[in-house]
Formats: sequence, structure tokens, C-alpha cells
Amino acid sequence: MSTETLEKPIVKKEAIFSKRRKKFVIDPLSDDNPITIQVLGICSALAVTTQMKPTMVMAISVTMVLILSNLVISLMRNIIPSRVRIIVQLAVVATLVTLVNEVLKAYAFDMYKELSVFIGLIITNCIVMGRLEAFALNNKPYDSMLDGLGSGLGYSWIILAVAFFRELFGSGKVFGYPVFESIGMGNLATNGLMVSPVGAFMVLGFIIWVQRTKTGYVEH
Amino acid sequence: MDLINLGIKSIFIENMVFAYFLGMCSFLAVSKKVSTAMGLGLAVVFVLGITVPMNWLLDQFVLKEGALTWLGDSFATIDLSFLRFIMFIAIIAAMVQLVEMMIEKFSPSLYGSLGIFLPLIAVNCSILGGALFMAQRDYTLSEATVFGFGSGIGFLLAIVALAAIREKLKYSNVPDALKGLGITMFITGLMGIAFMSFMGISL
Repeated sequence: MSTETLEKPIVKKEAIFSKRRKKFVIDPLSDDNPITIQVLGICSALAVTTQMKPTMVMAISVTMVLILSNLVISLMRNIIPSRVRIIVQLAVVATLVTLVNEVLKAYAFDMYKELSVFIGLIITNCIVMGRLEAFALNNKPYDSMLDGLGSGLGYSWIILAVAFFRELFGSGKVFGYPVFESIGMGNLATNGLMVSPVGAFMVLGFIIWVQRTKTGYVEH
Repeated sequence: MDLINLGIKSIFIENMVFAYFLGMCSFLAVSKKVSTAMGLGLAVVFVLGITVPMNWLLDQFVLKEGALTWLGDSFATIDLSFLRFIMFIAIIAAMVQLVEMMIEKFSPSLYGSLGIFLPLIAVNCSILGGALFMAQRDYTLSEATVFGFGSGIGFLLAIVALAAIREKLKYSNVPDALKGLGITMFITGLMGIAFMSFMGISL
């Protein structure tokens, strides 16, 4: 877990991308991935991943919400009483998600229809709350933003990978482009199980297997 | 009859976990022991059963387009549905606080074993998901209540079944990298296949 709270405030001015800060972005990509290692945010990771396009929208939305909510909570971290912090966090996240929802409704109505309730469910995405609790409450705004970006990217690549396999084997397409047909294998049977929820569990299971074999992470 | 149908549908066919992936986080995290899973499952049934009708009332009389007509004709055109997320989550957080206090009072042992997961019910996707589905599908009050309880029971079934399987799984030889989350995903997938066989059942 990356609950490393910074012991001493750094007085000296730090480079914008110092080594320590790079770590915030790089770590969640593999060694400390929110989905495969920390087991957070699985709900939405699976629900929207039947196709690449909605997944992409979802990934961008979650990353934006993560960065902004981390920033806002980090700015308010000294004035939030710890007893009511959950409510405050929920209110901030819910407001940001409402914004995302309205933006999608205005500029990408098809996407909005397709994602339906799952945009709203970003509020309860454990990654967001988890990062707020573990990081933004104890760290400076800029660091928190980087942390949000890192977790967002870590989340994004996993769900994009899941969506890639599900769309490729489930309907033979990638981003709606018929891959198998274009390489002359149009008669290849697609696997209906991939489109159903079961496929999502299996694909994610395999990704976790591969990823953990690589990082050597073992759960006890 | 419609209500029974809806209940069965929300328990088995459109199971929160297997059809919509809602509540996966706690589903995976709290399913190591049957007793703990049971506790969390019951808490979810209770919270869902209360919050869905409560949110229905809120939606019907405050948030929906024209819902404020009871205040006077000039309010008839107000549409507050963009406030849904924030209002729903507020109701849910308040209810969860209540349940937490009740459990702490009546069953300290359960409170101890549920640990940090009780506050996390507030951010359990299945609770908010239930409320949002209810709003999207235009249920009536009785339908909303049945849907809430049904979804909760579906979640309870799923998490208790998974916990029972995982208890047995302790004695099997699982590859290191698959231990924990990995193998649980596969089990959930297989359970999902089992639940798919309920598809098409209607009374």
C-alpha cells in the first residue's frame, strides 16, 4: 500500500518532476496498481468494458475526477474535521461527477446513454475514496494531483486492456473497427461469453495473473 | 404477481454482482469468512431496502421534473434531477451512519468483525447503483421497495456463496500469483455462469 505519508515538509523548492514526484505517477502503473494490487474500483472496471469506446470515456472521466477531487480535498485538508471527512469527500466527489455527467450529456449524448448509471457510480468508485483517504488528506495539492493522475492511469490501462480483449474476442472489433474481417478471417467465430459479465471476470482474472507473475506480488 | 416477478428478477437474473458488477469491492474484500460475509450481506440488504424507497420519495417529490408541483404551480417546471447523485449519496451516507450505530449497539462482535467495511457501505456501489437504477427505470414505490430488498438479497446470496467457496479454497494449492484476487475473479466468473442459467425465468 502506498500510504507513505511524507514525514518532513520539504522546505527547499523542488523540481516539478523530481524523482519523488515521478514515483507518484509511475508506481500505480504496475507495482502498486489500484486494480490488480490494491483491489479497488473493480465495479466500474468490469461493467463498461464490453467495448473500447465507452471504456475510453470512462477511463478519462475517472482520471479527471481523481485528479480534481485529490486537488480539492488536498486544498481543504487542514480545515476538514476528521469526523465528517467521509461526507465532505463524498460531497466533493459527487459534485465533480455531476459535472462530468452534465458535460457528457451535453457533448456526447450517445455515450451518456450507453454508460447510463455507471458515470454516477464513479462517486462510489473505491479508487477515488481510497486515494482521498490515503493520500490527499495528508499531502500537498500538487503531489496529490500527481497521485491522482498516476492512479487514474493505472486504472485506465487495466480497463482498456480488459476492454481490448473483450471487444476483440467478443465481437471481433477494436474501437468498432472489424479487425478479423480486415485480415481475412471474417468467418472466425466470436465468443459470446466475452460480451457477457462472465467474460469480464475471466479476462480480468488472467490479467491479474500475468501482472502479478511479473511483479511477483503474492497475497496471503 | 408483478412484484414477485420483479423480486425474483432482482435476486437471480439481474443479480447486482453477476449482471452489473455492483459492490465488487466489498464483495471481494469481505468474502474471506462466511460469518463476516453474512454480516455485511445483511447490512447491505437492510441499507438497500431502506435507502431505495427513501430515495424514491426524494426523487418523486423533490428532484424529478415537475416533482415540486406540490409547492405551487410556479414550481411545476423545475427540474432538479441533476442533483440526483449528490442527494442520493447524502441519504445513503446518513442511513449507513444509522446502521453503523445500531450494529455497534446491538452486536459489538459483529461490529468488530466488520471493521472498516461498515463505513465503506456508504461507498458500496450496489447501494448507489440500486438508487440510480430505480430512478432510471421509473419504478413505483412498492416496486422500488421490492427491488431494493431483492437486490440486497441477491448480493447476500452471492457474497455468502463466495465466502463459503473461499473457505474451502484455503486447502487447495493455488499458484502464487493467482492467490487471493486472481482466483477469486475466476470463481466469480464461474458463479456468474451458474447464475446465467436463471435467465428467462418469469412467473
